[in-house]
Amino acid sequence: MALQTKVTRRSGPRLFFQTVIGRAYPRIIGTQRDLAWLFFDIFLPFLSMVAYVYIYRALKAPEEYIGFVVLGSAMTAYWLNILWAMSSQLYWEKETGNLALYIISPTSMMAILFGMASGGLFATTVRALVILVIGNWLFHVSYTVVSFWALFLVFVLTMAALYGLGMMLSSLFLLFNREAWHTANLLQAPVMLFSGFYFPVRVFGFWAAAAASIIPLTLGMDAIRQLVFPSGPLLGFLSVKVELIVLSILSVAFLFGAFYTLRLMERLAIRLGRITDRLG
Amino acid sequence: MFAVETEALGRIYKIKKTRKEPAHTLIALDNVNLKVNQGELFGLLGPNGAGKTTLIKVLTTLLGPSSGTARVNGLDVARQPEEIRRQINMVSGGETSGYGLLTVRENLWMFTQFYGIPSRQANERIMELLKIVGLEDRANTKSSNLSTGLRQKMNIVRGFMTDPTVLFLDEPTLGLDVGAARDVRRFVREWVSEDPRRTLLLTTHYMVEAEEMCDRVAIINQGKILACDTPQRLKESLSSEGVFSIQVSALDQSEFEELKQIPGFRQGTIKQIESGAELELVLADDSVLAGLIGFLAAKGSSIITLHKREATLEDVFISLVGKSMKDVENGAAD
Repeated sequence: MALQTKVTRRSGPRLFFQTVIGRAYPRIIGTQRDLAWLFFDIFLPFLSMVAYVYIYRALKAPEEYIGFVVLGSAMTAYWLNILWAMSSQLYWEKETGNLALYIISPTSMMAILFGMASGGLFATTVRALVILVIGNWLFHVSYTVVSFWALFLVFVLTMAALYGLGMMLSSLFLLFNREAWHTANLLQAPVMLFSGFYFPVRVFGFWAAAAASIIPLTLGMDAIRQLVFPSGPLLGFLSVKVELIVLSILSVAFLFGAFYTLRLMERLAIRLGRITDRLG
Repeated sequence: MFAVETEALGRIYKIKKTRKEPAHTLIALDNVNLKVNQGELFGLLGPNGAGKTTLIKVLTTLLGPSSGTARVNGLDVARQPEEIRRQINMVSGGETSGYGLLTVRENLWMFTQFYGIPSRQANERIMELLKIVGLEDRANTKSSNLSTGLRQKMNIVRGFMTDPTVLFLDEPTLGLDVGAARDVRRFVREWVSEDPRRTLLLTTHYMVEAEEMCDRVAIINQGKILACDTPQRLKESLSSEGVFSIQVSALDQSEFEELKQIPGFRQGTIKQIESGAELELVLADDSVLAGLIGFLAAKGSSIITLHKREATLEDVFISLVGKSMKDVENGAAD
């Protein structure tokens, strides 16, 4: 019963690329196969978006604030993806036994994390777009884009920094594995408050807003607001240029951070036996 | 060069039940010396908690040794894990790896991507292997819809997909029905015999599996290798002694403890059954039977059946440990 099919193996950048595609695949295909996201990731966030819209309307806030809420709701999807599908992912991979198989494979764990991140980014962008389209249609939000290129750059850098943070957190969550669930809970509501998902972060004052800027969405959303709403620049925390520079720094810092925490996690896990707890 | 070689390998775990409590030490591997030749199908036989899985984890670079050294294809697990990972794969019994929303074929394809196998080759090999294990009609079934046995077949296919030179199978037939386990054993044997560079290290607590499949077997308990040889030679080590299965009308545990004092008694186990008790005894020679029969008569117990039989690996385990594997498992904290 000799195997007829011979296999060859690639290495280096091609292995890295194949790994990214391979690991992104379950996330991308999941959007099509598991439609629970329509309820949990569209309908439920939609309810909170409607609540904020009616609060602003009751308070007779400027109409642009409705746009802030719609935009914030779309961006919330990314933060929830980082918390629940990215940061805690390695922990769940460990629980299912996948993590051990990833580690013993010849690929790099960074490629696995990139795969998770790119798959998550794709799936979340679908969710964010649905929220944005429905919100715009229901509440007649109008946008005045100052520069499409700047807007694109802000979005790309925000996502790079955000998913870099997610990759870094995934290793840290694994090291403190039993607390992963609670940590994700802990980071959900406070971050949504201080990152200014539904209002300009400037209202907190400089230092609080600066501290909140460690979460890339804070500056990302602030810059997007400045680029798509006429009153955005007046309500902005820093200038778009400065925010772009900070986002670039955060992207690089978090990606390096992810690389080093991953190495640390792997070393500690192998030394302490934390990758697989069962003894045999 | 050996496919697997360990020298004075040790692994300890420091375990804390609560944060305030001081850590206590658990010795999972104790001075393990093992040499597995290339092209060999090698079995590690021992009860749950014996250290089999820990040894596999060390050899697959998932766990660092606390002392000693371990090498796979001449590469040191502590210093050259990346090189080792290019040459190995592992399948564990009862593992739930992969993603439930992916089909069998997609799950297998995903894992091949982590080994850099081009998609076309991967898909061809997946279908070929699925056919061999009788799973080709489930290629497009979501893995969440598979029974435990079929899922394990998928896991086994995953292990062979990447053409490793050293494959580690940790209780591979766990959860498989008799027919499926037999198919897997046959395929594993053939896979090893096809290419002399292929080596397979298998852990099991099924005696029959070890006996039927393995070229050599190491018996492990409490982290120590107690014996290592071919199944035949291990059994022959008891040939000068007599192995008896005896059913008696009645004998309780305390009386069995007394029985152990009979001169010439080596090792034995007792199991209470509805009609009395079943004894599995290793005696120095047949002449010990006279004393045994006398002892039973004095206790008011009669012999219902008695037969002398060929030694099995279970008897070898009992003669080394003093307990059956089941008894060790029942008393062992895993």
